[in-house]
Amino acid sequence: MQHYFNSLADHVNGRLQGEERFLMNFGAEDSDFVRLNHAQVRQAGSVRQRIVSIDLIAGQRHAPGMVCLSGDAELDRDRLSRLVEELRGKLAFLPEDPYLLYSTDVRSTEHHAENQLLPAHEAVAQIQDAAKGLDLVGLYASGGIHSGFANSFGQRNWFSSYSFNFDFSAYHHGDKAVKADYAGFRWDPAGFAAKMSSVREQFSYLTREARTIKPGHYRVYLAPAAVWDLMSTLAWGGFGLKDHRTKQTTLIRMTEEGAKLHPTITLMENVKEGVAAAFNGAGFIKPDQTTIIERGAFKNCLASARSAKEYGVPTNGASEAETPDSLDLAAGEIPREEILSRLGTGLYVNNLHYLNYSDRPACRMTGMTRFATFWVENGSIAAPVNVMRFDETIYRVLGENLIGLTRERDFVLDSQTYFARSTSSQRVPGALVEGFHFTL
Amino acid sequence: MLDKLEERFRRVAPKADFCSLRFVEEKTQTLSVRQNVVQPATSAVDIGVMITVVEGSGMGYAGTSDLSEDGLRRAADQAHQWARRTAGRTVVDFAKVPMPRPEGEYRSPVRTPWESISLAEKIEILRAESASIAVDPRIVDWEASLSQVELETLFLTADGGRAVQRFSYLIPYMSATANQGAETQTRSLGGRGLCRQGGLEVLDAIHYRNSGPRLAAEALELLTAPNCPSGQMDVILAPDQMILQIHESIGHPLELDRILGDERNYAGTSFVTMDMFGSYRYGSDLLNITYDPTRTEQFASYGFDDDGLKAERQFIIRNGILERPLGGITSQARAGVEGVANSRATSWNRPPIDRMANLNLEPGTSSLEEMIAAVERGIFMRTNVSWSIDDSRNKFQFGCEWGQLIENGKLTQVVKKPNYRGISATFWRNLKMVGRESTFEVLGTPNCGKGEPNQVIRVGHASPTCLFTQVDVFGGE
Repeated sequence: MQHYFNSLADHVNGRLQGEERFLMNFGAEDSDFVRLNHAQVRQAGSVRQRIVSIDLIAGQRHAPGMVCLSGDAELDRDRLSRLVEELRGKLAFLPEDPYLLYSTDVRSTEHHAENQLLPAHEAVAQIQDAAKGLDLVGLYASGGIHSGFANSFGQRNWFSSYSFNFDFSAYHHGDKAVKADYAGFRWDPAGFAAKMSSVREQFSYLTREARTIKPGHYRVYLAPAAVWDLMSTLAWGGFGLKDHRTKQTTLIRMTEEGAKLHPTITLMENVKEGVAAAFNGAGFIKPDQTTIIERGAFKNCLASARSAKEYGVPTNGASEAETPDSLDLAAGEIPREEILSRLGTGLYVNNLHYLNYSDRPACRMTGMTRFATFWVENGSIAAPVNVMRFDETIYRVLGENLIGLTRERDFVLDSQTYFARSTSSQRVPGALVEGFHFTL
Repeated sequence: MLDKLEERFRRVAPKADFCSLRFVEEKTQTLSVRQNVVQPATSAVDIGVMITVVEGSGMGYAGTSDLSEDGLRRAADQAHQWARRTAGRTVVDFAKVPMPRPEGEYRSPVRTPWESISLAEKIEILRAESASIAVDPRIVDWEASLSQVELETLFLTADGGRAVQRFSYLIPYMSATANQGAETQTRSLGGRGLCRQGGLEVLDAIHYRNSGPRLAAEALELLTAPNCPSGQMDVILAPDQMILQIHESIGHPLELDRILGDERNYAGTSFVTMDMFGSYRYGSDLLNITYDPTRTEQFASYGFDDDGLKAERQFIIRNGILERPLGGITSQARAGVEGVANSRATSWNRPPIDRMANLNLEPGTSSLEEMIAAVERGIFMRTNVSWSIDDSRNKFQFGCEWGQLIENGKLTQVVKKPNYRGISATFWRNLKMVGRESTFEVLGTPNCGKGEPNQVIRVGHASPTCLFTQVDVFGGE
């Protein structure tokens, strides 16, 4: 695949005229998707896709274009030739772009991975065996993911990964379920069995009669998967340089009024510990770590090449969207085994659902509890809790009302598959919070 | 191209109980001017096929961007293999699903084609709007953009079915953002809801030109406006909020695959159960909801869905009573009920699932003035900005860009950050007045997410302005 990509890049390079330059990004995957409901297959299939985008540059004018490739070298060279011609035709009608920025410092990199995946139908057979007696629903996704970057300066970057992600939930009754995820690079039957045992263990709590709590303020433990949801929402408009400079950041109270989060909050884009490619679409290599929030205070934005040029600051290799790929929330000091006793009486929230901002400048988010949420009394799980809506600002959840974060963290591989399988991840602890506001 | 594909498909289709090919070629162009600077003019061509095979009770699919005969053969073999491997292990007996054999064509109505004016002229439209927005130093960001999509699909079945559909979409957008200190407010032209099928004539239909100054003025007005008050009161929702209300609290809960449990791990389930169809009071007598693929200018009109089922208008809720779910041929066979032609896929690389298409609230008889006059204390809300709902599609909370107090039958003070929350199962029963045709707008959304693997899809909603009573309203911090 890498050879195929390099040969296409060489071909595009050969089509350039005069002072033209090009940036080329490549994305490919060979994926198997098996969707399950009631522990039976709902839909099963495979997807083979190859996509190339080229940004053709002449001085400060440029025209980006994307095309799907067939995988056949001759056919694809022809498609790329036509794309270059089409983009060249547009260039004459486009004005100069004052914010065009791309890397001219050649830094070629390679990341290869060994394909240790189990054939998908074998993994699914194991899943169906293990799920006997369970009302299991979810998606098994696996296969190779490849991305590449090339430019006319000779830079070549390559990233390959072979991974699987089995994202599922097991339903006990109604909407009472245990949500789990088994993901990685090599299927380990023992690891999977342990995951399924843990799911069955949690079922015992769901047999108890569900409790409905009244709206109000409660002491809560947000498990790492719930913190993942909060962080994912915060990443939507919280960290990007463009959002900050146009005053649209949801953390505007930190930058304009000096508001701070709890001093235990340190948040970074930790490329070194993530599983995503370390280069961006303009050819810049991401630093190993970029600290976004340090001890509760805002420190650095994620700056794409375009925003960096617009606002006159260095880029830190962020994507155009200026969202993190490998978010890392520092661990706290609460041992996980003490969570129930430290929670005392309150709610143990495993998962949140459908978060959105209800007041962006105040960084106030609303959302729901989902799956296994429990009422805890005097340090023991008493009953599952019916779903509740919350509405809270991040300044209270991770600020004045934060009691602490757990010492242990979960490494969560993003299971999203919009357009292509995600390579994003987060490393997050759980959070013990006082006075969490439930509204409905 | 289509003829060649058909020839290749006829040669490679395996001997199986059912086999189909779905070809998709989607060409997208996006132009944008932000802060009076022309942004990169992007173009994209997404092209590929999905082959689906049913063998016995099993079903398999394979998507590929390799359209050569070898490429199609590989995909057909892969799909056939999945069908064999899943036989006896599936949640539905695919042998019992009566797959359609479509014949026909569909084409979007286009009066002024995208290519009828030059690239420079299109950029000039956006430049003019952008320049008209920067009227005050407190306007800190602004943008005018157009996305245009040409989509061609071919659906073939091995037993001779053939449907060709050609769509043209336009997705206009414009916004103005104002800031003062730690307060920032944005007004947009209907969010991204002013999307339609058609050509550049859509710009006239939605009054795109010269909207910039109004958006800027409203963003500035919101900056200094007080927060929306809290309490239980009447609410009038404009069409660009009604579409979200319909989408989240009627559309999704009535998708049959959710009711059957397919989405329980991702998008969620539904508070609606099968026994409710035919008798459940979803809303007041004024609530009439249709699945309407025949309104050709609307975003999600089509002739056939992605399983080849012919699309026809149907009442979903009539006079407040729930009649039928939004489920395509597979879900209909599983549940043993009639549905609609709404089995749809985001592209060639994802399999079809039940999706809303055009889901509309039919006009009533009230004028906007009559609705405002009927409110003693309430809020008029416009343009969705925040949306969240539980996994059963019941407990919701939505927010709008713009609010205006209604006091003693008159619109008064502008308020910022208007939010409201409620429960789907009871909210629609408090529908008190439904606007007449003059308040009705044809809108939609380009980005509805659902499914495993994940898919975004185009959805159309049309609605009049509506009045609801006893709504729990609140504002910002």
